[in-house]
Amino acid sequence: MSGGRPPVVRAPQATDVRGDPVDVTVLLFAAHRDLAGADRTVVSLPDRATVAVVLAELRGRGGGWAALPERAAVAVNRRYAHMETELAEGDEVALIPPVAGG
Amino acid sequence: MIWSAITTSPIDTREVLSRVGAEEDGAVALFLGIVRNSNGGRPVSGMEYEGYAEMAQEQLAEITGEAAERAQTDRVAAVHRLGALAVGDVSVAIAVSTPHRAQAFDAARYVIEQIKVRLPVWKREYYLDRDAEWLDGQVPVAHGGKVG
Repeated sequence: MSGGRPPVVRAPQATDVRGDPVDVTVLLFAAHRDLAGADRTVVSLPDRATVAVVLAELRGRGGGWAALPERAAVAVNRRYAHMETELAEGDEVALIPPVAGG
Repeated sequence: MIWSAITTSPIDTREVLSRVGAEEDGAVALFLGIVRNSNGGRPVSGMEYEGYAEMAQEQLAEITGEAAERAQTDRVAAVHRLGALAVGDVSVAIAVSTPHRAQAFDAARYVIEQIKVRLPVWKREYYLDRDAEWLDGQVPVAHGGKVG
């Protein structure tokens, strides 16, 4: 499960080396949702920021958000992914607490 | 057929069984997961299953496909229920049919064990003697490696 996306080909832009900010939607479930008091939120990030940056942004909101884990299992666009997975505009990031189906 | 579903409706086990079976099959394995009346010695009054439904559907489709490949059959059916369940309710049903019993048991076991480690589903238990709690789960393991 590489989860790799095709490389984005960009025209060189000397004034915009980091690209435009992107918005991703974050979904929270079960104990994470209880901590945050929300089941979804939108996070604005530098283009190609990683999932780890999303976690840091959420924890930095303080309150119950600060109790979210530094590292968690995650899915990006409904596929299991990694803290290092890079994100693009419109991605759906889900924090996956330890699972307990069956 | 290879069939899988996430549902909020009660599971009809006969309907799940009807999705497998073929003239060349001499074995049908049916596994049911049931809400039991206690956990860790505490009486349980019910269970609430929450899921990331869209992803759970995709994961369950993958899992049933892998089970079919293992058992060399195309007769695998699995359904997981979400929502509020009572003691005795069926939370998951898995049916597999194969020419001989070993593959049917093996494939049904594979599906439930993979559900336990991969399906994005959580459960909150309701107790007779204290407040509800999310149950400790398993850090998910994706097909092909750890996640996070």
